[in-house]
Amino acid sequence: MMQADLTSISWLSLAVWLPVLSGVLVLLLGGDHKATLTRWLALTGSLVSFLVTVPLYTLFDVQDGFFQFEELLPWVPAFNMHYHLGIDGFSMPLVLLTSFTTVIVVLAGWEVITNHIAQYMAAFLIMSGIMIGVFTALDAILYYVFWEAMLIPMFLVIGIWGGPNRVYATIKFFLYTLLGSLLMLVAFIYLYHQTGSFELADYYLLPLSLQAQIYIFIAFFMAFAVKIPMWPVHTWLPDAHVEAPTGGSVVLAAIALKLGGYSFLRFAMPIAPDAAHYFSTAMIVLSLIAVVYIALVALVQKDMKKLIAYSSISHMGFVTLGFFMFGQLALEGAMVQMISHGFISSAMFLSVGVLYDRVHSREISAYGGVVNKMPVFAAFAVLFAMANSGLPGTSGFVGEFMVILAAVKFNFWVAFFAATTLIFGAAYTLWMTKRVFFGNVTNHHVSELSDLNKREFLILSILAVLVIGFGVYPQALTEVMQATSAEFLKHMAISKLPVTGY
Amino acid sequence: MDNMQFDLLALLPELVVLGMAMFILLLDLFILPQNRSMIYGLSQFTLFASAFFTFKTHTPAVGFAFSHMFIDDTLSDVIKLMMYLSTSLILVYTRKYLQDRNLYRGEFYAMVLFGLLGMMIMVSGHNLLTIYIGLELLSLCLYSLVAFDRDNPKASESAMKYFVLGALASGMLLYGMSMLYGMTGSLDVSDIANNIMQQNKSPVLIMGLVFVVAGIAFKFGAVPFQMWVPDVYQGSPTPMTLLIGSVPKLAAYAMTVRLLVQGLHPLALDWQDMLVLMAVLSIIIGNFSAIVQTNLKRMLAYSTISNVGFIMFGMMSANANGFASSFFYIAAYVLMSISGFGIILLLSRKGFEADEINDLKGLNQRHPWYAFLMLIVMFSMAGIPPTVGFYAKFTVLQAAWQAGFTWQVVLAVLMATIGAFYYLNIVRKMYFDEAVDHAPLTAPLDMRLVLSVQTLALLGLGLFPEILLSVCGHSLLISLQ
Repeated sequence: MMQADLTSISWLSLAVWLPVLSGVLVLLLGGDHKATLTRWLALTGSLVSFLVTVPLYTLFDVQDGFFQFEELLPWVPAFNMHYHLGIDGFSMPLVLLTSFTTVIVVLAGWEVITNHIAQYMAAFLIMSGIMIGVFTALDAILYYVFWEAMLIPMFLVIGIWGGPNRVYATIKFFLYTLLGSLLMLVAFIYLYHQTGSFELADYYLLPLSLQAQIYIFIAFFMAFAVKIPMWPVHTWLPDAHVEAPTGGSVVLAAIALKLGGYSFLRFAMPIAPDAAHYFSTAMIVLSLIAVVYIALVALVQKDMKKLIAYSSISHMGFVTLGFFMFGQLALEGAMVQMISHGFISSAMFLSVGVLYDRVHSREISAYGGVVNKMPVFAAFAVLFAMANSGLPGTSGFVGEFMVILAAVKFNFWVAFFAATTLIFGAAYTLWMTKRVFFGNVTNHHVSELSDLNKREFLILSILAVLVIGFGVYPQALTEVMQATSAEFLKHMAISKLPVTGY
Repeated sequence: MDNMQFDLLALLPELVVLGMAMFILLLDLFILPQNRSMIYGLSQFTLFASAFFTFKTHTPAVGFAFSHMFIDDTLSDVIKLMMYLSTSLILVYTRKYLQDRNLYRGEFYAMVLFGLLGMMIMVSGHNLLTIYIGLELLSLCLYSLVAFDRDNPKASESAMKYFVLGALASGMLLYGMSMLYGMTGSLDVSDIANNIMQQNKSPVLIMGLVFVVAGIAFKFGAVPFQMWVPDVYQGSPTPMTLLIGSVPKLAAYAMTVRLLVQGLHPLALDWQDMLVLMAVLSIIIGNFSAIVQTNLKRMLAYSTISNVGFIMFGMMSANANGFASSFFYIAAYVLMSISGFGIILLLSRKGFEADEINDLKGLNQRHPWYAFLMLIVMFSMAGIPPTVGFYAKFTVLQAAWQAGFTWQVVLAVLMATIGAFYYLNIVRKMYFDEAVDHAPLTAPLDMRLVLSVQTLALLGLGLFPEILLSVCGHSLLISLQ
């Protein structure tokens, strides 16, 4: 009886709109002169928003490979658009990741942000709702509205609270993403005129010629590859990450990049499966370039945030690599990699934030011997660095290992190049850790450092628990996506080319 | 005789506006300057009253007057209602500006009402001459309104430019109409259509069409007839820019429907090509030129040109879906531009025009709420959801795609990205830069309130576009049957 009541609640709508509403509330009630109220209000909002996403996990039926928690309402009958939400094994973990990260971001900005605090908190809350909307929308235009709307708060976050070069970075971020998205809109318009609807399910069933599929795939690729980002359209990301405030970097790395990866699975691949097979070699090559070349680029960075940004691109290369090998192990490995990267990159950016708040420098050379002054923090940082380089026992290992394992079966050379990341990843991460944390105290800034406060300790320990937890027990993740990935591969194996014809 | 009665009923809103405009002109002679707000109130009342009569006398059936010279159909009623609303908003937003600059005079209101009357006649014109008379009445009012601040040399200059080029365009339109009359022997829109269908296309007919399209393009401000737009927008006092840039677009749309769709649809293949060219060029030239502007009004002028390009994108499809999408685009665009100029008017004060882009610097520090409103307007113009501007772009693009204009759609999408740059630039100045000007806002409460509600409507219509979409779609479909 209780169970029935719980399932009748519109959990997804709550997950989308609660954070948006709490963001608006923070804007209306908060302000710089009542900062404490604003912070607590934002924290309450984000916690409640996180709590309403928990039932999505507990009530999720792991046997069902199709959409669950569906909500369907007419929205714009003139164009046959619907308010259609639903989640499957791919999107459910991402929804939880989003609502969880928002809590972390609110905590991370607690006393660091002092100007326009209400706008800062509200931007992240609203963004959280919008991103959950992207992960749950099953109507193409609804999805598109969320996808684009997300740019507005992010644009403001980087531009208002970012570093010295923030205006350039944020405009570049916006225009890069917008251009890709608009081409995706053209693809949706095409599909609309083919099917007369914006329902994703109709697009899955629509037979398309290879020519059409290739165009559609390219249009989607422009939108998603920019977002992930894949080499060579990645150049906005180091700029945006470096200039964004800590919270902005965390959201960008932990969630925004996943929007691109997720959308490949939700749109580009199932709508144009033959084109996906057609382009798979190219996609694998691009992914490997990201994995190897970008890792080398990361090695020579002098700026900590930039290094982590490049490391993100390199890790996301694994995700696309996993997608385009069309195997269950590879696919699940890629998904695990996305979630795990969400935690690890958040933790890395937060660690840099901890240092930046004290010294106001992101240069590696400005530090040295931090461990002498901040032993607790150094312990956390080394743990996250290990996770970032894929040490077994951390969540970073699981995804990479699954993808490499799948690659060995797929093609030796693909596996070979993919595996180099274990070396390069360790090289750039550990070298940075060595230079920043170990050795003697190099300057008076470092000698004046004080160790983590309670708030920072809390945030980092939550993340540490998750990183180790998923490293030891990855089944918690793989089990929810098993049925979905099986269905997905079944769908991908069926050609959509018209049977009659040439 | 029964017919005559019906005639006047169809004309009731026009008669109300005409009577009130003359009454206001007279009344202004007899009242003291401190009672001027009476004139303002009467003008708002006039708009309300004619809205009431338009709504009350509305029937789904088509009504004619003066032996088919005047048409009263659903499309004209809907457009008129939109015009009353827009004009009423404009009157609210311009009052403070006029008071501050000693321009708060009865003539302004009489002229606005006469201009509105001209537009109403254009909308209801079912005869080349009616349309032309309406257009001229509107144009004369606009010319003199631009020159209204007669001690302002810049305004006089732009009035002169506007007048010379406008007269040229009217001449072209009239010349084209005379050729159409010569070839078809009629001035009535439906007769012309029937007549053309029965004859072979002759060069004179096409010549006439070219001149008519040129006249329309001038009124819209489409490339290559866009030269006047930036100069007039920048040179005119902001209230007049607001007037020129908003409501007349609705009238121009109605004129296009009457002339090109109802009158010249047998020549659709010919005017379609012209519109395609103008649409593409307008989007390209408008967007690229807007990037380098430092004056906000001039930037918005170029943005208008690119928006007109998008409007033509719908029309060039030459089908009901396309014209409905253009209608929606214009309705959304008029709302956006009234909001945008409204905010400029809100920020301006005696001796300060707030029309440079740099005047918006740091607005978020000074007045976060108005910065937020301007943010909505800018993102709406850039076509970013969830604002109504997104659906405007979406509808015209899907209509053009349906009509087979594939590469034009892709081009428009690329240009929209370029367009986003200069709108973002405004947001950047408001949010990322330090404030230079710290003067307090002096706008009256009614203006702040109406402006807030209207701008939030851009967001509301972006979340729930169905109402406006169906109003635009249905009224056009009923009228084209």
